[in-house]
Amino acid sequence: MSVRTIGIDNARPAWFGQRLREILVLVRRNLIHILREPMQLSDVTVQPILFTLLFIFVFGSGIPIPGGSYTDFALAGLLAMNLVMSSNGTAVGLTTDLNTGLIDRFRALPMWRPSILIARSVTDLLSALVCTTIVVLAGLAVGWRPSTGVISVAAGLAIALLFTYAICWAFGCLGLVARNVEAAMSIGFIVLLPMAFVSNAMVPTQGMPAWLRVIADWNPVSSVTAACRQLFGNPNPSALIKDWPMQHPVEAALIWSAVLLAICVPLAVYLFRRRTSD
Amino acid sequence: MPGRAMIEAEGLVKRYGATVALAGVDLSVPAGAILGVLGPNGAGKTTAIRILTTLSHPDEGRASVAGFDVTAQPAEVRRRIGVAAQATTLDELLTGRQNLEMIGQLSGLRRSAARQRAADLLERLELTDAADRQTRGYSGGMRRRLDLAASMIMMPPVLFLDEPTTGLDPAGRLGVWEVIRGMVGDGCTVLLTTQYLDEADHLADSIAVFDHGRVIASGTPSQLKSETGSARLEVTLSTPRPDAVLALQPLLEGEAHISHDGRRLRAAVLNQEGIATAAVRALDRAGILVDDVQVHQPSLDDVFLALTGREAAEEDNANELEAATA
Repeated sequence: MSVRTIGIDNARPAWFGQRLREILVLVRRNLIHILREPMQLSDVTVQPILFTLLFIFVFGSGIPIPGGSYTDFALAGLLAMNLVMSSNGTAVGLTTDLNTGLIDRFRALPMWRPSILIARSVTDLLSALVCTTIVVLAGLAVGWRPSTGVISVAAGLAIALLFTYAICWAFGCLGLVARNVEAAMSIGFIVLLPMAFVSNAMVPTQGMPAWLRVIADWNPVSSVTAACRQLFGNPNPSALIKDWPMQHPVEAALIWSAVLLAICVPLAVYLFRRRTSD
Repeated sequence: MPGRAMIEAEGLVKRYGATVALAGVDLSVPAGAILGVLGPNGAGKTTAIRILTTLSHPDEGRASVAGFDVTAQPAEVRRRIGVAAQATTLDELLTGRQNLEMIGQLSGLRRSAARQRAADLLERLELTDAADRQTRGYSGGMRRRLDLAASMIMMPPVLFLDEPTTGLDPAGRLGVWEVIRGMVGDGCTVLLTTQYLDEADHLADSIAVFDHGRVIASGTPSQLKSETGSARLEVTLSTPRPDAVLALQPLLEGEAHISHDGRRLRAAVLNQEGIATAAVRALDRAGILVDDVQVHQPSLDDVFLALTGREAAEEDNANELEAATA
């Protein structure tokens, strides 16, 4: 037997390298979970296809879009909506982990606690990438066409993914305060549904009552959607709205993402520490 | 590091709201020793382990493990300990091998080293056959063993095992004892909690008896037995002699029981040296012939009863009683 010596390993890996290794090991663990229970992925596979078909064929028939087809208008909105809705997975994933004894095991290891949170967010970014691919493919299948170049489209997708990454941290905070998975899920939907729908994602905001329209135009989901429409070269009725975020959707989406990250990353680390210490 | 205390605690106090989980606990475990922390549910055993393994902060008092303060230098402590908590801390969706490799890598092992150690430990704990199955299908005993393997992945100098054999069948318990002894043989210091007195008796070099968040007695198993318990004397006489009790009276503690045929006598006696000789002499002086004499040393059950006024496992006994009267 080769395992015979008691003692600590003095070959201490460099701080950064070891953190990176921890995150990779934990991401791998999260991916094994997804492989074992593929239904976890339905949020980013079945749901986007369903939403795309439902909205484009059901709503699309009744909503006229000035200067283009509903399909071209809707895709950026579907992308933003599906990505935002899937961020509930972060809350659920974290709450699930916190309610198992595994976190205690991790806490007694000489590892960096935030690695657990970062690994979660990286995993969710990977599933957001799957979601994005599916929405784009489904969109292409039903006739969506961008009218700009590859780089511009890629920039639009990148902004959507950056915002998703930021919102995942926000929902991570929710997962860290929720008592159990059911609570995390229902609170998540109460926040997510209005956020996804009180926006320009599926309909132009021009028809909304004035007060609702203000909320919709300042909703970060609207900024992301408008930014994508602009970068995809798709119809973007919000460009006619005078509010600053609708005039500068790319900047607005980037600022929203940066603000969310600046608040939610430290908050999540703090909440994690508080939740896991007594 | 012979003689140096690897685990030390002084005046640990921990409160949860109005509940006092620890009410001032002192512990000291020298390098290479096994301390058995013995006590009923709710005595504070798990809280003490949580503090010593940096999972919980004490409200008062201080503790150090391997020379590092648990509150001031938790990272240094974590690099030197292995922990097997009472509740199993495995990833249910991973296989046994994946669990061990993950914990090894998170502890700072390179992938190849983690793989090697995981394979060695799976073999040592007889889990090789189940290594590539998801742990959610494991039996209670297999989970305990995998947890134990996980705590040993770094070959840490100090091991904390919270009720390592609870829920195991007798063969499983013996297997776990063997593994723990193996670790100590390799130079590891162990603190284990248990509700089983015989476990503490068999494994531990010294014992701390917890009750209501305090250490109510400590010492080696034999010290504890001789300090607190009285021995049990059983003599068989050649013919019934009612005056035997009178002859033995100076040695007895409490009442003597005499069998129906009047030949056998059982009583608690002072646990002193030469007690059997003294008993035989006393009977001989009274002209009583003795066929057989036995002195039973007190078990830790007796010790616990003497210390707390309660049985160690009241519930078990109550169940047995119910079963017997039903």
